[in-house]
Amino acid sequence: MPSNDPPARPKKSVMARGLRVIGTAIRAEPRIFTSAVLASAVYGVMTVGSSWALGRATDDVVLPAFRDGRFHTGALVGAALLIVGVAVLKAAGIMGRRILAGVMQYRMQARSRRAVTRQYLRLPLAWHHRHPTGQLLSNANSDVEAAWAPLAPLPMAVGVVVMLVTAAGAILLIDPVLAIVGFLIFPAIAVLNLIYQRKLSPLAMRAQQLRAEVSEVAHESFDGALVVKTLGREDAEARRFQARADQLRDANVGVGRVRGLFDPLLEALPTIGVLAVLLVGATRLEAGDVVAGDLIQVAYLFTLLAFPIRALGWVLAELPRSVVGWTRVQDVLDATGSMEYGTASLAADTPAGVRADGVTYGYLPGTAVLSDVSFAVEPGRTVAVVGPTGSGKSTLTLLLGRLIDPGEGAVRVDGTDVREVARGGVSDAVALVLQQTFLFDDTVRGNITLGHDIPDETVWAALRLAQADGFVSALPSGLDTRVGERGTTLSGGQRQRIALARAVVRKPRLLILDDATSSVDPQVEKRILHGLREGAAGSTVIVVAYRMATIALADEVVYLEHGKVVDQGPHELLLARCEGYRALVTAYEREEAERAALDTDEEIVA
Amino acid sequence: MTAVTEETTATGERPGGLQAAERTALETVRHGLSLSPEFRRGLTGTLCLAVLATVGKVIVPVAVQQVIDRGLGDTPDLPFIRNATLLCAVAVLLTALCGYLMNVRLYKSTEAGLATLRGKGFRHVHDLSVLTQNTERRGALVSRVTSDVDQISTFMQWGGLLVIVSLGQLIVATVLMAVYSWQLTLLVWVCFLPLVIALPRFQRLVSRAYIRVRERTGDVLSGVSEAVVGSAVIRAYGSEDRTSTRIDAAVEEQRKAQTRAQQIIGFTFPITELVASIAIAGVVVAGVALGVSGSISPGRLIAFLFLITLFISPLQTATEVLNEAQNAIAGWRRILGVLDTPADVADPENGVTLPRGPISVEFENVGFAYPGGAPVLHDVAVELAPRTRVAVVGETGSGKTTFAKLLTRLMDPTSGRILVDGVDLRNVRFSSLRERIVMVPQDGFLFDSSLADNIRFGRPSATLDDVRRAVTELGLSDWVEGLPAGLDTQVGQRGESLSAGERQLVALARAYLADPDLLLLDEATSAVDPATEVRLARALDGVTRGRTAVSIAHRLSTAQAADEVLVFEHGRIVQRGPHAVLVEEPGVYADLYASWTSATHSS
Repeated sequence: MPSNDPPARPKKSVMARGLRVIGTAIRAEPRIFTSAVLASAVYGVMTVGSSWALGRATDDVVLPAFRDGRFHTGALVGAALLIVGVAVLKAAGIMGRRILAGVMQYRMQARSRRAVTRQYLRLPLAWHHRHPTGQLLSNANSDVEAAWAPLAPLPMAVGVVVMLVTAAGAILLIDPVLAIVGFLIFPAIAVLNLIYQRKLSPLAMRAQQLRAEVSEVAHESFDGALVVKTLGREDAEARRFQARADQLRDANVGVGRVRGLFDPLLEALPTIGVLAVLLVGATRLEAGDVVAGDLIQVAYLFTLLAFPIRALGWVLAELPRSVVGWTRVQDVLDATGSMEYGTASLAADTPAGVRADGVTYGYLPGTAVLSDVSFAVEPGRTVAVVGPTGSGKSTLTLLLGRLIDPGEGAVRVDGTDVREVARGGVSDAVALVLQQTFLFDDTVRGNITLGHDIPDETVWAALRLAQADGFVSALPSGLDTRVGERGTTLSGGQRQRIALARAVVRKPRLLILDDATSSVDPQVEKRILHGLREGAAGSTVIVVAYRMATIALADEVVYLEHGKVVDQGPHELLLARCEGYRALVTAYEREEAERAALDTDEEIVA
Repeated sequence: MTAVTEETTATGERPGGLQAAERTALETVRHGLSLSPEFRRGLTGTLCLAVLATVGKVIVPVAVQQVIDRGLGDTPDLPFIRNATLLCAVAVLLTALCGYLMNVRLYKSTEAGLATLRGKGFRHVHDLSVLTQNTERRGALVSRVTSDVDQISTFMQWGGLLVIVSLGQLIVATVLMAVYSWQLTLLVWVCFLPLVIALPRFQRLVSRAYIRVRERTGDVLSGVSEAVVGSAVIRAYGSEDRTSTRIDAAVEEQRKAQTRAQQIIGFTFPITELVASIAIAGVVVAGVALGVSGSISPGRLIAFLFLITLFISPLQTATEVLNEAQNAIAGWRRILGVLDTPADVADPENGVTLPRGPISVEFENVGFAYPGGAPVLHDVAVELAPRTRVAVVGETGSGKTTFAKLLTRLMDPTSGRILVDGVDLRNVRFSSLRERIVMVPQDGFLFDSSLADNIRFGRPSATLDDVRRAVTELGLSDWVEGLPAGLDTQVGQRGESLSAGERQLVALARAYLADPDLLLLDEATSAVDPATEVRLARALDGVTRGRTAVSIAHRLSTAQAADEVLVFEHGRIVQRGPHAVLVEEPGVYADLYASWTSATHSS
């Protein structure tokens, strides 16, 4: 979870942390950064240079011309060329600075996005269960953006520092007294900036947090759109969203107040500087300590600096947001508890044997979904896992496929603890079809092969087994038809069958089906099951099922209740000796029988 | 904010082809602004403050001129200079104050406007029919009310503010320059005119680049959301590497698009700088020539040079602001894209509110086809009598779910009509319709809150006792008691802390508590174990006596218990009648039933 610790009253301050973030970027892209700063330095020096050029022009050409009532064409053209020449260099500096700053910023963004998504893919499913989708999306999107936002104005800010140093030097050369004015004004701007970002930091943090929350609400609400609609709760949802949006609005206005106060002040300071220069300069002029051109140059310098000096402020203003974004991104990157892999291999051509030894698992501490589950499945057997709703069947399949690791006990395939198996080893040997079908925004083929080089005949064979060849060949582009995000262009049953084909095409040594045919018609399901029985001879099959037909295909049944194995054995045996099991699987028959009896009663009565 | 539109018009008065493009941008902005009336609130005051804040900026050049003209004279008037500069300093501080007040007003009105825009966008997404939502990417829909709006906000607060100030500054600078020397003013304008003409071209380039950036960003977002939402499948098939390769590619494309956009801006931005230097050089040359002939004083010439910087800075920011404006327009377009999409299933104006009670439904020759697709439902004519239990059966793709979506008015029929108590469904007020007909979809989506809150989602006024009673009546109290915190159990995001079957139980309780006159179950118990399902069916049976219940199910146990069974095949109703009758007739139903029995029976 991105840290929600109260807007850290930072002793070591946002400033220090922000600079560390920037330091990271500089270390990552030293060459780009250096080039951008150099370009920006050219810009900085040339900005001062342009005031120097104007000062020279005033002193050497303009004022003499006015005094003498005539002008020297060569000098005049020279002055004009000087002004334009300096501007050309300045423009080149700006160009280089902007483009290179962009290159750096976007490279860093891309780097973070890749790192964050890698981490999403690496972290265990249990971690995903604890983090809302909206939050994770915002980590990879707006938080990354915020983290690297100061990089855009950074080279400019560094250029401004160069500019200030050059300017200080230039003024010092002209007149030490005027320089004092400058040395008072510039630190004042720096101090004001510092106060600015101190005030802004907690507000910006809150706004960023709310932005993520707004996104979360929208995400959840749009995901549950069907429920919202069918229960007519659109207005209520809109109110829920609006409440968050309004909070965000207020937070943004809070940020705006601070910005609105400091921006005009930062703009006013250089102007005050110009006025001070004029006031002091007039005295110096009278005393003959400076010439008019010098005064003009210094005053012009202040006007020129008024705008760029604020780039310092921009960087500082971005820092708090940047630190927040960075911290959130870093929280993801630092998240531990990833799955550890061993070196063992499960490679073989024969069906796998599976054992669960004293497996215990709970999503929340203290509430076990599965407790002390033990059973064994011999290679090549088909085992049905049966149990009432909420008895832990799906969790069991996740454990068997090593999507999660047990709190206690172990899952063993061919006698090897799955935690000892090398990365990718389990998914190569075990195929799990989840209850909730998930398709990628890809073609039908892509969804089945998942990028592996599998010939089309094999894909079609898998589709045939999953009873999906019919509708797939009827799709506009057959295997190359794109299924849309999450497979929205297909029906639930069609999606399930593609997911099934995805599993069987890999010829897994262990095939686990978690109620994987719930949206498929009974007839189709029957054909699928028969096909599996014949076609999946190389697999051990574990199937979560309710239907008698499915159970009938199994060699053995594991019956779960409240997360515990109540009984295990062939169907007939369990039917005879396990009351819970009998009640569950014969529910329809008994229902029918009772109804029939009831109908007979009614007839008799009538 | 009319200033924005003025800016766009100013650049839009160019030859033919451009006009159209500019106009669309203008229209976009105008429409966008009209959606949030808050933007206009107190605009006059804000503009007045902006004018004051701009006037303050002229102080420096004027002061410079005074100092030079008086200070360079034979007897420098020091007291005058001191007074003048002090006065100017006061004016500068007042200007800053005006700036502050203007900023706060602007922030308040724009943030209020954007919050409204978010709300409208959000509401409309829910108004869009199920059809539209399926074809749109959900990740993109979320961004319409989040980052797209943020994009506008940058412009409205930073750019929009600069537009007001800049425009004022440009005008004030021009006027003052003309006062000092009309010849030099003309010269400056001649230098900048080509730039003003070129700006819209740059702008279009930039705009295209930004559109690409946004598209690529959308790709990245949906890639990331796939990695998050599909985390289980990705792990189950060890396709982490493949997924990350795909995302990496999307991220790389995004980076390229961003860099490209930045390059375009990087090349166009400093052009103003160059033009400005040419103008200054020109003014120096021409000014000296004029000065020698005596038509301008040195102080005025130098003040004029200072005024040019005042004149340039708005043009410099203009490029920047126009870029930001492009961004904002792109954001607006995307939001308008949502808002302009008609809610093809609309809440009727002056819709009928139907009285509660037993409900009768009639399908009159109803047909349906997805846009651009073949018909999936033909000529469905059927009456559902009040207080009956109807089962709808048929193979996948036979039209059952379409039937359900039409009955709940998630979609409208393409031909024929559906009557509820004799009133066309399209004329029934949504609030009334949703109260009377509730569907329980197969995927029991839950919200990230407690079990109790989820159950009363459709009727928030229900007390905890009501919730408890509903749970008991449905025979689910044992299950609830078995949960770690009973009704207070947090179900997690999308209800993922519960199993699919458990989510369906909650969804059913939720619909049950909403207490509709017609309850439509679309495979609503497909993931529930048979014993629980049978128990539920009985409970529903008992408590829905006064209601109509329509169940879509491939578990034919439901059909056996129904008063009437509707059998769908290829989008038509091919058989209807009670189970006992249908099962005797050779046909679709008898076949379905045979395979059902063989699938469920132990012998």
